[in-house]
Amino acid sequence: FTMGKKPRVLLMGSRRAGKTSIFKTVFHKMSPHETLFLESTTMITRYDVSNSSFFQFSIWDFPCATEAEPAASDMESMLKGAAAIVYVVDAQDDLSESMPQLAKLVLKVQKHNPKILVHVFVHKHDGLSEDDKQEVYRSVSERLRSELQDESSSDFGVAYHLTSIYDYTVFEAVSRVVQNLVPHLSHLEGLLDALISKSRLDKAFLFDVVSKVYIATDSTPFDPQTYEVCSDMMDVVIDVSCIYGAGDDGDGQAYDTNSASVMRLTNGNVLFLREVSKYLALVCMMRQETADSLGLVNHNVDLFKSALKQLFEE
Amino acid sequence: MSKQDLKKVLLMGKSGAGKTSMRSIIFANYVARDTTRLGATIDVEHSHVRFLGNLVLNLWDCGGQEAFMDSYFETQRDHIFRNVALLIYVFDIESADYAADVRYYKSCIEAIEQNSPHAKVFCLIHKMDLIADELREQALTERSDQVKSLCENVDVRCFGTSIWDETLYRAWSQIVYALIPNVQVLEKQIKQFAEVTCADEVVLFERATFLVIAHVSIKEHGDAHRFEKISNIVKQFKLSCGKVQSQFQSMEVRNSNFTAFVDQFTANTAVMIVQSDPIIQPSATALNIKLARAHFEDLIRHTAGVPQ
Repeated sequence: FTMGKKPRVLLMGSRRAGKTSIFKTVFHKMSPHETLFLESTTMITRYDVSNSSFFQFSIWDFPCATEAEPAASDMESMLKGAAAIVYVVDAQDDLSESMPQLAKLVLKVQKHNPKILVHVFVHKHDGLSEDDKQEVYRSVSERLRSELQDESSSDFGVAYHLTSIYDYTVFEAVSRVVQNLVPHLSHLEGLLDALISKSRLDKAFLFDVVSKVYIATDSTPFDPQTYEVCSDMMDVVIDVSCIYGAGDDGDGQAYDTNSASVMRLTNGNVLFLREVSKYLALVCMMRQETADSLGLVNHNVDLFKSALKQLFEE
Repeated sequence: MSKQDLKKVLLMGKSGAGKTSMRSIIFANYVARDTTRLGATIDVEHSHVRFLGNLVLNLWDCGGQEAFMDSYFETQRDHIFRNVALLIYVFDIESADYAADVRYYKSCIEAIEQNSPHAKVFCLIHKMDLIADELREQALTERSDQVKSLCENVDVRCFGTSIWDETLYRAWSQIVYALIPNVQVLEKQIKQFAEVTCADEVVLFERATFLVIAHVSIKEHGDAHRFEKISNIVKQFKLSCGKVQSQFQSMEVRNSNFTAFVDQFTANTAVMIVQSDPIIQPSATALNIKLARAHFEDLIRHTAGVPQ
């Protein structure tokens, strides 16, 4: 993508699939129930997200393709200027309409901008049983592949995610989309790997506090339950800080440079959070033994924090 | 051996009003989304909830389908309405048949007045989340006024509630507070504890439900709803820890302006201490909590277990 301009994410999909709801839930803190009251998107709407230097991009929310198909040349330039595409498919709906649409889009992307990924969100899985979820997920990828095969193409460059705004899956999926847009991602991951190794941590995430999207994690295997409890821990810190953290004159920030938290669990795990920049939080899971020498952990986090600051300034 | 203090609590209201959902969230560790699985309650479901050691809430969740309601006021009247410590009546704000709600409510109040004249009455105006934000306060005031006017010689406390936010915790905290004997004694002691620890605020929670039992504020705070918010926040986190096969034991949250400690306190309670004085060492607070435990363990046992 072009340097100096914010990466652009196109948010597309079938009618009432849930595109705007996904955006509002993740980035505008809308409660999932409130999204029922959202009206259909009628024009391409651009939203800017700029919480920190690492977390800057714009999202273009499209109305349903069949109702307001942009002109071919416009479409081409939009695809060429995009850094990622999110295509939302309603898992509870009939796939026979949305799959051909998606296939057409994938072909256009492969033609005009083959380097970017199309993230397919198999959305609204919350209404389905476990078996049905797997069935739909498999069905979507199979059908897309068969549509593309007809055009002698493959689903190379397509990533699939099961999502719902009623649980963590949408945050996890958006995290993966965003990670592809984060500058210096491999450097960040390297810093996190060094941190967990030096401080004997089990897992570390770098979260954007506003959206609860994580922009980087270390290279140890990803465990959804650990991710969820770390995300929830951050929620508690932010919520409690909003109540008590404003200071005597009420002017203080709830989340400020000294924001920190330690939470001890009965199974010997300890959750740890430290502010590392204005909108970023480092959230870690460690064992009780490591937590006994928090001084060392804090020292290493201070080093991590200044390494991060240097990356900003580059 | 201290005597058990058994309090009979009736949970009534039309079918689908949300009685069982509320009870499941507060006492049975359900999250709001789990309640969609609940079916209609058949006749009366009894549960015993141990609260603060010797206090036992004997909850009667009375199924609200018409056939059951009719039997409560006829054949089962004495059995249901005698010896009641507290009546909770649940109104669904979006009820399609308000006239029927009023009829049943009046019958309940009549039966209570006759059989348990000293019972406390709480009305929960439920499912407030279905009303748009800006219209909520007005809708609640209107309905509360209507309900209160139905039985003017009974002291009724009304609360707007929803399983999707902290308002549920506020109502139920008030309900259990009304059932704890000698809670003022406890509050006085908590105040002393707050002064010793140089705390801005000390809050005592029941350990399993995280309902607020008592609180003391040395320093003024603008948000009157913070206690139920904290109940909700911590309770949700407790349930979240269940996912990694664990429970949370203690937590410390801080920023430049405050430090909050939440820790297990006595066998049945948890305590939150909020301090803004930057000089206080966390280890000093931890020590104070440790030293106070034994004293409060004794006090709470005697507070909750002695019948009025």
